[in-house]
Amino acid sequence: MKPLTSAPNTQHQTDHLRLNVPRCCTGGLVLAALVTLLPMGAAAERGTGDLGIVVERAAGTLQLIETSGNTVLGRIEGLGDLSHASAVFSRDGRYAFVFGRDGGLSKVDLLASRLVKHIKQAGNSIGGAISQDGRLVAVSNYEPGGVRVFGAETLDLVADIPALYGTEGKTSKVIGLVDAPGNRFVFSLWDAGETWIADMSDPSRIGIQKFTGIGRNPYDALITPDGRYYIAGLFGEDGLALLDLWHLEAGVRRILPGYGKGEEKLPVYKMPHLEGWAVAGRRAFLPAVGRHEVLVVATDSWTEIGRIPVKGQPVFVMARPDGRQVWVNFAFPDNQHIQIFDTKTLAQVHALEPGPGVLHMEFEPRGEEVWVSVRDADRVDVYDTATFERKANLPAGKPSGIFLTARAHRIGL
Amino acid sequence: MIRCVRYAARIVALVASGLAVLSIVSLVALTAAPAAASMEPSAERRAELVHLLTQDCGSCHGLTLAGGLGPPLQAQALVDKPVEYLAAMILYGRPGTAMPPWRPFLSDEEAAWLAHLLKRGTP
Repeated sequence: MKPLTSAPNTQHQTDHLRLNVPRCCTGGLVLAALVTLLPMGAAAERGTGDLGIVVERAAGTLQLIETSGNTVLGRIEGLGDLSHASAVFSRDGRYAFVFGRDGGLSKVDLLASRLVKHIKQAGNSIGGAISQDGRLVAVSNYEPGGVRVFGAETLDLVADIPALYGTEGKTSKVIGLVDAPGNRFVFSLWDAGETWIADMSDPSRIGIQKFTGIGRNPYDALITPDGRYYIAGLFGEDGLALLDLWHLEAGVRRILPGYGKGEEKLPVYKMPHLEGWAVAGRRAFLPAVGRHEVLVVATDSWTEIGRIPVKGQPVFVMARPDGRQVWVNFAFPDNQHIQIFDTKTLAQVHALEPGPGVLHMEFEPRGEEVWVSVRDADRVDVYDTATFERKANLPAGKPSGIFLTARAHRIGL
Repeated sequence: MIRCVRYAARIVALVASGLAVLSIVSLVALTAAPAAASMEPSAERRAELVHLLTQDCGSCHGLTLAGGLGPPLQAQALVDKPVEYLAAMILYGRPGTAMPPWRPFLSDEEAAWLAHLLKRGTP
C-alpha cells in the first residue's frame, strides 16, 4: 500500500513547486538560483487576498498569516512599540501600513514578508487610514495632537494638520480617523469635542471643514460601509455624534441621546472600539460605554430599536460579513468571553470562553471563519462561525489586532 | 462566685470589643499607609500586578507607559507625585476623566506596591 500512497504525494509536491515558479524560469538551474536568492518565497506567484497580519504587541512584531490553510507564513520585526497597533492595506493588497503606539509608521511587503520602511512620525499615535485613491496614508496622533499625511509610496510627509482648538493654541488628541469618499479623511478631537473633514483631493491645497460642539470626549468613530455616515462615540456624555456626509449643511446631530439617562455609568476599564463592521443590514450594533449592553440602532432613522444585555462592557461588536451574527468581546475583567448574537432575533446564538485577554476578532472576507486573538494565552484561535468549533490555534506572543487584506477594498477600514 | 466574675468579665469584654471594633478600624486606617510599604504582595501576585499594569493600565497609558489616552506613567513623569497620591488615584480613579477606580480588583497594599513600582521606574 505504501508505494501507492507515496507516489501521488511526490507528484503533488512537484506540481506545487511548478506552480510557484514563474513560467519563464522553469529551467532547473534558474529554479535553484531563485530558491537561494529568495528564501522567503518572494518569487512565488501568489495572490494576497488570503493574507493578513497578527500584531504581537509585546515583542513589536507581526506574524504574516494566510487564511486558506490557516497557517503562519513568517514573522516581521523592527516595527517599534505595537501596543494598540492597527493597520490598513494598499489597494493591491500587497503592502500593510502599520500604525504603532510610539508614533511609528511601517510599510510591510506581505509577499516578501519584510519591512520596507519604518519612520517615527510622532511621539504617540492611535491609528490611521488610507485614502480612497490609495496614494495617501494618514495617521492620527495624540502627541503632537493632530493628523499627519504621508505618500503611500515613499512615506514622505505630504501634510501636517495640527488639531488646534480654543484660543490658547492647545492641540487635541485625535481619534476616529477614517477615509471617506472624495479622497477625504474624517477624524475627531478628544479634548475639543470636534469633528474635522480634511479634503485631500488636491494635497497642495487641503480643505479643512470643522464641526464644533459635537459632544464631550469623542473616544472613537466609524464610517458606515457605504461611506455616508460618520459616527463618533462619546465618553464624556451619553449618545453618539452623527455626521451625514451627504448633507454636511445639516451639521453633526446627537443620536441615542438618553441611552443611559438616570443610571450610573460603571467604571470603564477599556475604551470600546467603533468600526464599520458593526453595521449589519439595516441595523447597527454599537457598544454602550460603561454599560453591559449592546445598543441596536436602525440605520434609516438612527433611533434605538433595542438593547442586548451582555456579560460585560463590550469592546468590539463585529458583524459577520453576511450580517447574520454579531460577535462581542469585553473589557477587563470580563475579557475571557465572547458572545454571539443573532441580528434578527437579538437572541444569543452561542458563547465562547477562549481564555483571558480576548482582544480582537477578524472575520475572513466571506465570514465562514473568524480569527480571535487571546492575549494572555499567547494564542490565536480560528473558529468556524457556523459550528463554533475551533478549527486552528496558532501560538503568538501577546497577540492583539488581526488584520486581513480584504480590508483593502472597504471604505473606512 | 468565681463563675459570676467570669460572666461579668465576659460581658465587659463583649462591650469593650464592640467599642474596640470601632477603634481598630481607625487604628487600621492610621497604620495602613506605613504598613503598605513593608507589606509586599506575594511573588505570584506581584507577577499578576505587573501583568495588569503593562496590559490593562497599558490600554490607556501605553504598553511602555509612555502615555496614550491617559498621561505617561514613567518615573520621570511622576517626580512631583507622592506615592500616596498615586495609590489613591489607582484605587479611586479620577472623577471627570477616563481613569476608573481599580478598588474592586486591588487591596490598599497592592495599590501602594504598584505606586512604589511606578515611582521607582517600571519593571
